[in-house]
Amino acid sequence: MTSPLEQKKIRITGPSVVTANRTHDGVVIYRTPQHDWSSRLADAAIVRTSDEARALLAEAAADDVGAIGAYIAPVEIKDNGEIAPGNLREHVRSEGLTIELPVPA
Amino acid sequence: MYAYDELDRTLLHERVEEFRDQVKRRLSGELTEDEFKILRLQNGVYLQLHAYMFRVAIPYGTLSSKQLRALAHVARRYDRGYGHFTTRQNIQFNWIKLAELPDALADLAEVGIHAMQTSGNNMRNVTSDQWAGVAPGEVEDPRIWSELLRQHTTLHPEFSFLPRKFKIAITASEHDRAAIRIHDIGLRLHKNADGETGFEVLVGGGLGRTPFIGKSIKPFVHGRDILSYVEAILRVYNQYGRRDNIYKARIKILVHELGIEKFGKEVEEEWQQLRDSALTLDDAAIEEVRSRFSYPAYEKLPHMPDELKQAAHDPLFERWRKNSVFPHKVQGYSIVTLSLKPVGGPPGDATAEQMDAIADLADRYSFGEIRVGHEQNLALPHVAKRDLPALWKALDKVGLATPNVNLVSDIIACPGLDYCSLANARSIPIAQELTRRFANHDTAGLIGRLHINISGCINACGHHHVGHIGILGVEKNGEEFYQITIGGRADESAALGTLIGPSVPYAEVADVVEDIVEAYLALRDSPDELFIDTVKRLGVEPFRERVYATR
Amino acid sequence: MPLVKNGKIATDIYVHVADGAELPADDAILVPAARFLEDPEALLRRPGKVGVVWPNNRDLDDLVPYLDRLAAVALVFPSFRDGRAYSQARLLRERYRFQGELRATGQVLRDQFVFMLRAGFDALDVKKEKDADAFAETVKRYTVFYQPTGDGRTTALSRRTQLRHSESASP
Repeated sequence: MTSPLEQKKIRITGPSVVTANRTHDGVVIYRTPQHDWSSRLADAAIVRTSDEARALLAEAAADDVGAIGAYIAPVEIKDNGEIAPGNLREHVRSEGLTIELPVPA
Repeated sequence: MYAYDELDRTLLHERVEEFRDQVKRRLSGELTEDEFKILRLQNGVYLQLHAYMFRVAIPYGTLSSKQLRALAHVARRYDRGYGHFTTRQNIQFNWIKLAELPDALADLAEVGIHAMQTSGNNMRNVTSDQWAGVAPGEVEDPRIWSELLRQHTTLHPEFSFLPRKFKIAITASEHDRAAIRIHDIGLRLHKNADGETGFEVLVGGGLGRTPFIGKSIKPFVHGRDILSYVEAILRVYNQYGRRDNIYKARIKILVHELGIEKFGKEVEEEWQQLRDSALTLDDAAIEEVRSRFSYPAYEKLPHMPDELKQAAHDPLFERWRKNSVFPHKVQGYSIVTLSLKPVGGPPGDATAEQMDAIADLADRYSFGEIRVGHEQNLALPHVAKRDLPALWKALDKVGLATPNVNLVSDIIACPGLDYCSLANARSIPIAQELTRRFANHDTAGLIGRLHINISGCINACGHHHVGHIGILGVEKNGEEFYQITIGGRADESAALGTLIGPSVPYAEVADVVEDIVEAYLALRDSPDELFIDTVKRLGVEPFRERVYATR
Repeated sequence: MPLVKNGKIATDIYVHVADGAELPADDAILVPAARFLEDPEALLRRPGKVGVVWPNNRDLDDLVPYLDRLAAVALVFPSFRDGRAYSQARLLRERYRFQGELRATGQVLRDQFVFMLRAGFDALDVKKEKDADAFAETVKRYTVFYQPTGDGRTTALSRRTQLRHSESASP
């Protein structure tokens, strides 16, 4: 796997976050403004320019021990300031399956 | 059943300890993700959307009740209480933690189950007919050869870093239930004029972005030469397969680019150098593996026991029996398919409770044996006919007697965008909606045999190309759309489906499928003409006209 | 990059000569394939040992005529995911009976050691110090092998048939 930094040119068109999966258990995590990770999208650092996105991704990807496959994902900022996933894939990652689990949690 | 001996068990334990060390080095930072990724993949560990996914091999689809209980245990102890049976005789767990994986593997190793090479660019699980050893008319049990190949390709020092993954399937019946024509190597076991066992070898089949039906490379390779012949194919592929582009790295592309004649010539040259080597299987070696397979001590039973005659008065039992019970090579016995496709359920999923229940039923009614088929259903391979009524009641209680085997709601589907990091669109909710539309089993019975296959992306884990109706999820401007093909099939007459028209949005897929089925009912020349035969006779056009006329 | 040879960390006696660089007078040299093939006879006449670095995308045919006069062949793993050199190694050892040093170079990591030894390598240019230190314990990881290769390790199948034979022979 090439580092996400080399993978493609980073260009964002709207508010974005950096997300990854936690190494020891695979849980979805988001990079926070405190240079750490959180499993809550609400805690994510929001970037609005490509330069900011690049910097946040570089910082996140440097944590190879703690997180896997960091990348930039679009979000939507609602009127009340709430952060919502920007596409279906991120919705599924953030909110869980769109179907019921065979065994209720 | 194949019984592991001390050597097989030792290898599994050595593998588990190696992986334990690798996980430890990863978690401590000694191994980078880049270095670790391939090691975890070679132990069946993927990273999906929500968590790690753990794929466990069920070689040639044979499980003992003890092994199935161990899978239930893993589901319960390390996952969320269920597992997903795939199209390649594997089971997947979706919520496993990396730190706990070595323990899960150790628990499975206790019962002779492993996850070696269920991912990665190496030889994947060797699959076979789920009715191997019990199907009437079978030439001989293909699992002997599957096991020989499994051992030979496990931790192979030369072929663990191939250009891309590599899959072998074997059948020994006229009717191909193992989909050998869509595998990198397909082996059709048959006998030559002297009555000796050998294989027609097909190569270069596969689905994905560039689908191909496998081509015959040699009509007969003697059984004693099968390892050296496979080794020759792999060596040619390892050296010349493309490594510059992941989408062109499968052997099907090499076979296509060279042409089957030239590819065949390369293999033949290599094989001539290899054929008289330590790879040649002598009778003792074959016998050694054969002797590790045990077969039940069948009783002498009547073809039509009283229990069955009495139960025939119950229309619900009869409907299930006609749908899910199949002839066995031994009189008085049947093969029973357990549908993992309940109406409204995710195709191929089984809960830990169901797995335990099936293991118990296998002990009581099937000599402790269970089979896993590529259609994502299970089977009990040796059920005495007198036990069918009791088995049916027990299966019904745990939701495993849906009488829809081979019917329109017996859908093959990949996990799709609900789980998979590669997916573009969801598969499971589409399948669930379709099973609801066709929930009436009498209607489904009237429609007859019809396979719907759904993939959530072009990688085609749901085998959409070879579904009688194939559904492929794509992304269009951030929305889920689906391309629909008809006329594909995965059996001995394997063919790729043809696109019926423009892709349709998520909400319309079930309507379109209903329209296709209605078109078929109107177009078929008799109730005996199957969907796939009507499509073959008429082509796609009349279906396109009817389905897209109003769209 | 520590060199592990015959199971021990060893000093590399070969001078790695790049394309166009001057040759040392008598020392053992390891030269790139292209340079070797420019004038193999001249190089082989030198007093010192000669080894060739052979790329993994080049057929061995051009190398085979010189094998009995080469002291070493180094095969290349540009990435540990690229397994072509395993086939080359087995061909050199098992088909062409190359007896000299067979060296793995490039991304040579701990978790591939066993595969490399089984394919016929006897010298590994190990990428990480720590991996080289762990060599002895790493190669002991496995005691069971399913495939016959030129390394001579007994396969599971032949152990079983021997066992069966001795069982049936005993009274």
